[in-house]
Amino acid sequence: MDVATLRRAVTVGLVGGLAVWHLSLVGMVQAFQTRPIITNYVSFGELLPVLVIPIVGFWASGSRGATSPRSSAGTVMSGAVAGLALGAMIALLCFFIEALHPNGMLINATPPLVQDLRIGFDTLPGTLIQLLGGAAIGAAAASLRIVPPTASRIFVVAAGTMLGFGVMKNLVFQLLSNMGFNSGATFLYQGDGLSLPGALVLFVGTAAVVWLWATRSAGVVSSYRALPRQNRQIAKIAAFGVAAVVIVLLPTVLGPFLSDVATTVGIFILLGLGLNIVVGFAGLLDLGYVAFYALGMYSIAVLTSPVSPAFHPQLNFWLALPIVMLIGAGVGLIVGAPVLRLRGDYLAIVTLGFGEIARIIFLSEWMTPYVGGANGIQGIPAPSILGIIFRDQPGSAPGGVYYPLLAAIVIAALVARSLYNSRVGRAWAAMREDETVAEATGINTTVYKLLAFSLGAVFGGVAGAFYAAKIGVVFPQNLDILISINALALIILGGMGSIAGVLVGALVLVGLPGILREFAQYQLLIFGAVLVAMMLFRPEGLIPNRSRRAELHEADEEPAEGTGGEEAPGTVANVSRLVTESASVRTRPGGSP
Amino acid sequence: MAMVRRLLGLHERLSVVDVVLALLRIGVVVLVVTGVWATLNKGTFTLKAWESLAVSGVALGAVYALIALGYTLVYGILFMINFAHGEVFMSGAFTAYYVAQWLFLSGFLAQNPVVAFLIVLLVAMLVSATIAVVLERVAYRPLRNAPRLVPLITAIGASLFLQNTFRGLYGAGVKAYPSWPMFTGSLHFGDVEIRVTQIVVFVAAILLMLGLYWFIERTRTGRAMRAVSENKDVAAMMGINVDRVIMTTFAIGGLLAGAAGILYTLLFNQVLFSMGFVPGIKAFTAAVLGGIGNPVGAMVGGLVLGVLESIGPYLLLDGFNIPTPNQLTTVVAFLVLVLVLIFRPTGILGTKDAT
Repeated sequence: MDVATLRRAVTVGLVGGLAVWHLSLVGMVQAFQTRPIITNYVSFGELLPVLVIPIVGFWASGSRGATSPRSSAGTVMSGAVAGLALGAMIALLCFFIEALHPNGMLINATPPLVQDLRIGFDTLPGTLIQLLGGAAIGAAAASLRIVPPTASRIFVVAAGTMLGFGVMKNLVFQLLSNMGFNSGATFLYQGDGLSLPGALVLFVGTAAVVWLWATRSAGVVSSYRALPRQNRQIAKIAAFGVAAVVIVLLPTVLGPFLSDVATTVGIFILLGLGLNIVVGFAGLLDLGYVAFYALGMYSIAVLTSPVSPAFHPQLNFWLALPIVMLIGAGVGLIVGAPVLRLRGDYLAIVTLGFGEIARIIFLSEWMTPYVGGANGIQGIPAPSILGIIFRDQPGSAPGGVYYPLLAAIVIAALVARSLYNSRVGRAWAAMREDETVAEATGINTTVYKLLAFSLGAVFGGVAGAFYAAKIGVVFPQNLDILISINALALIILGGMGSIAGVLVGALVLVGLPGILREFAQYQLLIFGAVLVAMMLFRPEGLIPNRSRRAELHEADEEPAEGTGGEEAPGTVANVSRLVTESASVRTRPGGSP
Repeated sequence: MAMVRRLLGLHERLSVVDVVLALLRIGVVVLVVTGVWATLNKGTFTLKAWESLAVSGVALGAVYALIALGYTLVYGILFMINFAHGEVFMSGAFTAYYVAQWLFLSGFLAQNPVVAFLIVLLVAMLVSATIAVVLERVAYRPLRNAPRLVPLITAIGASLFLQNTFRGLYGAGVKAYPSWPMFTGSLHFGDVEIRVTQIVVFVAAILLMLGLYWFIERTRTGRAMRAVSENKDVAAMMGINVDRVIMTTFAIGGLLAGAAGILYTLLFNQVLFSMGFVPGIKAFTAAVLGGIGNPVGAMVGGLVLGVLESIGPYLLLDGFNIPTPNQLTTVVAFLVLVLVLIFRPTGILGTKDAT
């Protein structure tokens, strides 16, 4: 083991140590203490610092920056050194807290935190466990690099599944018992976490499945590939049908609390789909998206509520919804027209200002006679069809506003997808890649920007309308910048321009904090970390949109440009290709925008 | 006719957007004129009230100017909006709070108030500068050649992360600041009453800005900064370590933001984890107002914005009988930002290439 490797391992360990300091001092370790993974044995809070160690060990033992291929012993050693360094950092934090009692200032640096970091042991054995345990776990993680890949995959997936099932106890337990697997649920879980036998069965079971898949999957895949085209189509439709049935049955299976989380996720999917048109398709960074959401909320409230302060036509929800959409489109145009000539980053700040202006104006005394000020507008009636009421109340449809919302999401997703594949979508893509070139080739960028902005406003307005219909009250306090950030974070996590990405992003960033209440407190912290990490490591998102990905990796691909093959994205040629595609459609009669 | 056209900023060929913009211009001018006219005729406020509003506006504006310098320096070099700069400012205010409280409890503050103040100022500035530099190293440097929106999104993420880290570390409550015995009371100039804190804030801000001006114009590093903002590649070819210059720029922005943090708490006597957001945006507005990329512009813009936002709501809105105009202070500041960006994105002192 040479000096450079050693230094790298220690550095990685110290960085990991800082991460653990952060997790401990902002209070996450303590807050997650209440969520057991395996009841009576391990809680998520205890596991949180421990989970950093394998990451650090694995990272430190990588071959990046190494001058020569590493020996097995060297790999394990560097993992161990990194783990040891991290353990030392944790021990240091404990001594620091014990010596200085800084909890007058750092509110989470308390003796119970030290207890948790020492896993309940005294000073000396606790510190030894931190150091040796760190080294051991680091070495174990590093050794994942030298064992056969199948073995390491089995271990990682099985451990991950166990962790996931433990953390998501509320969801899984509810699902199992509502589907009639009561005995399974009570075997797997005990109290708030997994039971020990349940955890073991889960681990072994997952390991077996992964092993089977690893050894047999080639056969399954090739026999699927060997199917005639028609049968493959049928298999796909069948899978899609199963998914559809699951989604339709979800509210009955989930029960009231989790259905509520599901509708919140749905509202954010709608928001995300709208923002995705603006940010993902057209490339306009809108940080004030909450303004349109607010507009939708308040429009529906004023139009439908009987107690709206100044103006109360008391329309039916379904009648009011198209009006809300029209208002959204109109305001999108009016607000968009002056600002869309601004360059990207200025646009972001201006729209951020709009978001804040919307909140302050709805809250101000000036508008109180019209929109109720801080008291908001109450008594928004629940939407209903043929006597079925869509709200969480006795005698209504399961899941409240779930089904109408689901319909809206399906329509919105279809609209977004066909827009993306249309001439408009190609014009947006061209504009996003290079505005000047797009304009030079005959795209009226102002029109297309306005179109994107105003469509986004419609989607946002509908999302706001559904939110108002769901809770029956609107308050300006709900119009935090958090909503804009939440929508932005979810499309960035999922992948800008990707519709499937919106779904995944909303499930992860809205669904998880909904299920895990302790997370709610750290939601924004995690969003921030997600935004930074995604931009640094995977700017195209988890489920990338192909052309967006190509744009974001322009720099990496540049050296390969001369070697021929596919043309580099973002070049004049590429943009003009997109434009010609859209222009060729324009020559058709009646093809004006 | 041609003159009217030019006045309204219309080109020969009209587009819908041009018309909308022209109408907006007319609307803004009409609203401002009628609002001011109505307010002055109504006479709710005496001259003295206007004067004291202006004074508090100038003090606040000086703080905005300090923060705005950080935005403008970074923008001048990297063409990126360091969205997390408001959080750098907040970290300075928090540090100042804890150091001041520690000095207060140990009794040092009562014995040596001036030395204590300087210590607090120094520590706050250093902590803010450290955070700004770490931010640059970890979050921005790897993205220097990425598409323009990528670092902006990173900066938003960093801003959220820092804000909520401070919330987690120190708690979500508002913390009341210990008062400085030497800065209480007020002075009279004619019939204008000025609080001592306002004078301290203004003088400190002016001194810091003069220091910055000297640094940029007279020192070797300042010259390197100007060279890098002129052209990074050529500067690198001339033997300037561009990375180090960028780091220095972030450090200076951080130092000034840290100082702004303690000055802001002198004016408002409290710290809160989310206190950086609104002043951050307003300082950015100030930077744009003065012409982003131009340090002198940021100073002018800060002062103008401070006065506008403290007088503006009353002057414009009171005449329309809108209740409690001070609720709409932030709206006025944001509208200034929007209007400046739409109609004069180069700002008061900006150059043409800023757009």
